[in-house]
Amino acid sequence: MRAATIAVLVENEAGVLARVIGLFSGRGYNIDSLTVAPVDAEGRLSRITVVTSGTEMVIEQIKAQLDRLVPVHKVSDLTLEGPHLVRELALIKVVGTGDHRVEALRLADAFRARVVDATTESFVFEMTGNAEKIDAFCALMRPIGLKEISRTGAVAIARGTHALMG
Amino acid sequence: MSATTQHADQTPLTMSGAEVVLRALKDQGVEVIFGYPGGAVLPIYDAIFQQNAIRHILVRHEQAAVHAAEGYARSTGKVGCVLVTSGPGATNAVTGLLDALMDSVPLVCLTGQVPTHLIGNDAFQEADTTGITRPATKHNYLVKRSDDLARVVHEAFHVARSGRPGPVVIDLPKDILINKAPYAEAPPATQPHRSYRPQAEPDMGQIRKAVALLKASKKPVVYAGGGVINAGPEASRLLTEFVHLTGFPCTNTLMGLGAFPSQDKQFIGMLGMHGTYEANLVMHGCDVMLNMGARFDDRVTGKLSHFSPGSKKIHADIDPSSINKNVKVDVPIVGDAGRILAAMIQAWKEDTTTQDREALAAWWKQIDAWRAKDCLRYVQQGKIIKPQHAVKRLYEITRESGRDTYITTEVGQHQMWAAQYFGFEKPNRWMTSGGLGTMGYGLPAAMGVQIAHPDALVIDIAGEASILMNIQEMATLAQYRLPVKVFILNNEYMGMVRQWQELLHGGRYSESYSAALPDFVKLAESFHGVGLRATSADQLDDVIREMLATDRPVIADIAVAKDENCFPMIPSGAAHNEMILGPGQEGGVAGVTDEGKVLV
Ligand SMILES: Cc1cc2nc3c(=O)[nH]c(=O)nc-3n(C[C@H](O)[C@H](O)[C@H](O)COP(=O)(O)OP(=O)(O)OC[C@H]3O[C@@H](n4cnc5c(N)ncnc54)[C@H](O)[C@@H]3O)c2cc1C
Ligand SMILES: Cc1ncc(C[n+]2csc(CCOP(=O)(O)OP(=O)(O)O)c2C)c(N)n1
Ligand SMILES: [Mg+2]
Repeated sequence: MRAATIAVLVENEAGVLARVIGLFSGRGYNIDSLTVAPVDAEGRLSRITVVTSGTEMVIEQIKAQLDRLVPVHKVSDLTLEGPHLVRELALIKVVGTGDHRVEALRLADAFRARVVDATTESFVFEMTGNAEKIDAFCALMRPIGLKEISRTGAVAIARGTHALMG
Repeated sequence: MSATTQHADQTPLTMSGAEVVLRALKDQGVEVIFGYPGGAVLPIYDAIFQQNAIRHILVRHEQAAVHAAEGYARSTGKVGCVLVTSGPGATNAVTGLLDALMDSVPLVCLTGQVPTHLIGNDAFQEADTTGITRPATKHNYLVKRSDDLARVVHEAFHVARSGRPGPVVIDLPKDILINKAPYAEAPPATQPHRSYRPQAEPDMGQIRKAVALLKASKKPVVYAGGGVINAGPEASRLLTEFVHLTGFPCTNTLMGLGAFPSQDKQFIGMLGMHGTYEANLVMHGCDVMLNMGARFDDRVTGKLSHFSPGSKKIHADIDPSSINKNVKVDVPIVGDAGRILAAMIQAWKEDTTTQDREALAAWWKQIDAWRAKDCLRYVQQGKIIKPQHAVKRLYEITRESGRDTYITTEVGQHQMWAAQYFGFEKPNRWMTSGGLGTMGYGLPAAMGVQIAHPDALVIDIAGEASILMNIQEMATLAQYRLPVKVFILNNEYMGMVRQWQELLHGGRYSESYSAALPDFVKLAESFHGVGLRATSADQLDDVIREMLATDRPVIADIAVAKDENCFPMIPSGAAHNEMILGPGQEGGVAGVTDEGKVLV
């Protein structure tokens, strides 16, 4: 078993996300996270980042199955292809007063989370990082008033000059 | 000036969407559509009425339209075309679409849809057709803009026929069919699709690796499947040439029958669950296996952990997702079977190493010893007709007739007996539902075959249970004067179910008896056909001869032994070398574990 972060460049057309998600659910593959957004100037191409796990044979299947979808341009296993960056964005709401507020701000500072909203009883922190960093931050916030989390799931890109297309 | 530029120039458009669809079909070479009308597709029916280039065949159920198109496609190598209405028309077609997907059959299915402004409102006869058919098609489209219409139809045909063939659905809202739309010619073949580019040309390095392995082999086998049929008749010819060049034994999957001539002395029969003793033992004992266009289906491999344990495996397939899916292989080759075979023949001739002919001769000696078991032997005595005998005589008598013969089947024991006892010398003569195993496939498929080959002899080898699943198509046969022959091996049981119940469920025949059967002779007559019956062995040949001599639809109801089982059989979860050869050996089944029993 291993984890794989897979980047998929697709035509930005109706139903394409349903095809990808249907493939994973229909064939019983894991999705740990999945993100999607258009990435070119004309809005014709979208990039999907899927984090999945499985045996080497299953991951090879996942890539081959993705690649044979008609609107898929390119499939790349970033985990296999070498050094790459993985980032996730999270918005984290913490509600509380007194010492808890002070503690929350102190921890946020240590984790380089930014305050993007504040009331006398709450903060919303914004942080980027890999999943483990966000998990760790949320775990620390839990006893001091963590109320709500919204996360994007991972986006990823290869280091250096190498690009998905060309 | 093309229609598109006229549109851009604001020149008035002259064709309705429905007319654009028909024009695109015609430009794609469509001659026949199998369909059934309804509200959402009335504009297309209106356009059909006003032209003569494309013939419409009115089926009696949408599932049958799809199977008919499959029969048409698989017997010609062309793309089959289907037209159904929205809602129930589309949902009725789903089984056929999945059948075509599993068996890699190229189809384009046009489905009607409610007008664009009503989509999502639970309108009358609305169904989320692209949602429902997504996992049942190679690709599907919902056309929401008239400007996209012609392009989508052309693209659908390209997707259906290229790479690994499969069914494509085009969902057509009624307003798109009624509104004027621009026509555009199909893009030239040289212009690649933006994202879809299947690889047909193999990598020569892989070819040479494969040839080196095969040259050095001592106990080789060629395991050829439906992909060789998909690659066109030339691929079958090249397969035969390659097998002759190398001297190797060749086995075919159920879907590959006809890719290699059954009468050839290097043919060792079908492999798999109901394959021959020699084919399965060759697969088990080989040292190098060449899989040409087959997909290591579970019905072929048996227990995966025990599948051909000592061999190096070469897998040639146009679909990279077929490779390393079930069985890990040593030399993958992605590409079209025809081009791969041509390249392998050339590479074999160029390779200067010599083959170990002595080892190959010893291997053949071993194979001949396995063959001597004569695993398909049966004894026909007395009046009761053995189903195997019925198929064997059907084969012999049609061969004597010298007519070009096409066989379709339903699903069950009769299907396996047809595969075992009917020989095929050429590709595209054998149409069966392998991957989905759809009862009710054979009669409509035969209809499609007969439309494509009006002068050929087309026979559906059927079971009495399966045939009832699309029996309404007898009316279509009558309407279009299609002289299809339905040859029912009537054992009064869902025999394949009964066999599994006998062998795996203690003989508890739960709901597998075919009660209250119709009188098939009268049934044929009431559908304007001819009904024949054989109830004892001495009548069999006469009935077959009369059936062949009748130039009308025929149902021949052949009463066969009710309790016959289909052997050889590899019980589920067992390995190739744990095959049961015949009655008296069922003890072998006692060893089937619960792990085996959960398998289908
Ligand atoms: C009751 C029942 C019993 C059965 N028992 C058996 C049995 O005993 N033995 C048996 O063999 N089957 C049996 N089957 C059928 C079985 O379920 C499978 O359908 C069959 O084995 C698959 O055949 P195949 O491997 O040739 O692949 P197909 O399903 O024909 O697939 C073709 C393969 O070739 C590839 N391909 C397509 N086009 C090309 C091309 N141009 N070039 C190269 N590759 C291409 C495809 O990507 C695919 O991988 C049975 C079915 C039923 C219903
Ligand atoms: C649509 C469908 N439903 C159920 C099955 C399961 N099934 C496989 S074979 C079979 C029995 C077929 O009986 P019959 O047509 O009489 O053929 P026989 O096995 O007796 O030759 C059944 C029910 C199937 N393959 N397809
Ligand atoms: Mg039966």
